[in-house]
Amino acid sequence: MPVLVDAVLKKIPSGITGLDEMTGGGLPGGRPTLVCGTAGCGKTMLGLQFLVRGALDHDEPGVFVSFEESPADLAANVASVGWDLVDMQQRGQLVVEYVRVEPARIQEAGEYDLEGLFLRLGAAVDAIGAQRVVIDTLEVLFAALTDQATLRSELRRLFRWLKDRGLTAVVTAESGDGTLTRHGLEEYVSDCVIFLDHRVTSQVSTRRLRVVKYRGSSHDTDETPFMIDTNGFRVLPAGSMRLEHDAPKERVSSGVPRLDTMLGGAGYFRGGSVLITGTPGTGKTTLAAAFLAAGCERGERAILFSFEESPQQLIRNLGSVSIELEPHLRAGLLRVVATRPTAHGLEAHLATLMHAAEEHVPQLVVVDPVSAFDAAHEGRTAMLIRLIDWLKQRTVTAVFTSLSSSEDDDAHLGVSSVIDAWLSLETVESNGERNRSLRVVKARGTGHSNQVRELLITDAGLELVDVYTGSGAVVMGTARQIREAADAAEVTDRRERTEMRRRDIERRRRRVEAEVAALQADLAAEVAALERELGADARSAAQRASDAGRLRQARHADGTGAP
Amino acid sequence: MTADQPDAPGVDDRWLLRLYVAGQTPKSLAAFANLKSICEKHLASRYEIEVVDLREHPERARSDDILAIPTLVRRLPEPITKIIGDLSDTEKVLIGLQLVPR
Repeated sequence: MPVLVDAVLKKIPSGITGLDEMTGGGLPGGRPTLVCGTAGCGKTMLGLQFLVRGALDHDEPGVFVSFEESPADLAANVASVGWDLVDMQQRGQLVVEYVRVEPARIQEAGEYDLEGLFLRLGAAVDAIGAQRVVIDTLEVLFAALTDQATLRSELRRLFRWLKDRGLTAVVTAESGDGTLTRHGLEEYVSDCVIFLDHRVTSQVSTRRLRVVKYRGSSHDTDETPFMIDTNGFRVLPAGSMRLEHDAPKERVSSGVPRLDTMLGGAGYFRGGSVLITGTPGTGKTTLAAAFLAAGCERGERAILFSFEESPQQLIRNLGSVSIELEPHLRAGLLRVVATRPTAHGLEAHLATLMHAAEEHVPQLVVVDPVSAFDAAHEGRTAMLIRLIDWLKQRTVTAVFTSLSSSEDDDAHLGVSSVIDAWLSLETVESNGERNRSLRVVKARGTGHSNQVRELLITDAGLELVDVYTGSGAVVMGTARQIREAADAAEVTDRRERTEMRRRDIERRRRRVEAEVAALQADLAAEVAALERELGADARSAAQRASDAGRLRQARHADGTGAP
Repeated sequence: MTADQPDAPGVDDRWLLRLYVAGQTPKSLAAFANLKSICEKHLASRYEIEVVDLREHPERARSDDILAIPTLVRRLPEPITKIIGDLSDTEKVLIGLQLVPR
């Protein structure tokens, strides 16, 4: 019944950023935890941080039993993190018990036990009322002592002793070839085992932490990146296991009004992640910077992480297109963090990024470009997803640019699935010129435009214009202007032609009308002539009749017979 | 097996031996008895044994960096050497004390 065990098992905050998230609260309280890994993987740092944070944050004093490093070395190693071990020892928060073991000087002659170690540890614990103990590293004992049977039984006793005392302990050991520890110590520590891995591939180091075992508790079993820097030891658990971040409805302008329109009218979502991909010189940085500048003008805080250009270079170049970052920098709203991608491993970059973000608390972040991390950075996708998630949890609106030569590259990057909006910039080459096109590949939660726009980068800034879509072809740049001009000319032409035809028809209409009138006049004249003729005929018939009567009278003819 | 080997301490050296124990355990008692007999045999009248019980003086464990119990520390002649165990293996004790060559 794990639930019951969980309730009984007390978890102690480890003081390791991110580790408690993975283990659901920390290390098993009052029990030893085994931390194993190769030499130089960060075991000592983890142990020290467990003690320092315990003492400073939880008022739990600690004892550090060191078999390897002297107190002076330890203090020097962590001074860069800002921990003053000497001061802590003076305040009774920490005891460093240095057990120097020099194999060459030790002769074994008969039976012995490690009571000396127990007594020293016990005295140190009692001196400050320690609640936490670190033993670093047991490897040294295995190298120094030949009687392994005695050593093993004494270690078994040590773990029991720690448990009986209710001490929360971190015990470190070196990993073997294919085994968690070289000497099988994981058998003795059954409560919690953490494995640290430090690999160097293509000259880039990657560090991974894995909780191998945690008895009585559910835990994250993934290999999880971690890093050690001026903030100490930090694990980056996959927050994406739980999709819990807020989903604000608020929108943030992209800095280009027309683009805001394309994205459903109001720009990016607050806390969203935006990916701008494009081939070289398509204006990715400029578009991302426009977003920052607009944010700073609203009084928001922003960070620009640049992996390609120095801050001065960026400011100059962006100034030439009227994106002025300098005033925002001076006002303290904007911070530009520029590093070379090859300078560190991915974890270190992430640490820099998170550190800066924790200090500056920005609302907007631009990473330019994420493609600076090439395949040499192992686990790039997982790391980017973690970063995206981390920023999301803080409701930071983030724009990532990425260099790509095709959409396949973007798929390789592998982050498109966790991105909220994806803008693709392309160059369209024709008629001896290159023009920039922008399209929204995706924009979650917005009714975004499916149209391609031409991105103009001018002295006045960024502008999106409609591409020419007449005659069934998409045309941009000068060709667009020519086509538009040609269109206009054609319209004028057509209008003139129509006018001419109209006049022509009018003329013909009038001519026809005139002809009709003339013909009608002719006809009327003929009709009149005919009527006149008919009238004359009638009169002559009547004349002939009266002439005949008069003749008959004159001949005195009777009847009707012919005269 | 003599004390005047070229690398070994000279016969006139004074020997200061410190035996760290933790209470009157069988191993502690055995160690003391074994040490005493070895000294009598090889270092007669020019040795001194100091027994430190860490149960009473745990703070003294630090000065000689004591890990195992019992531990015999040869303080003098220099250099300091350490032998751990109940000293039942006389051969190894003599080697550890550099009374015989390694």
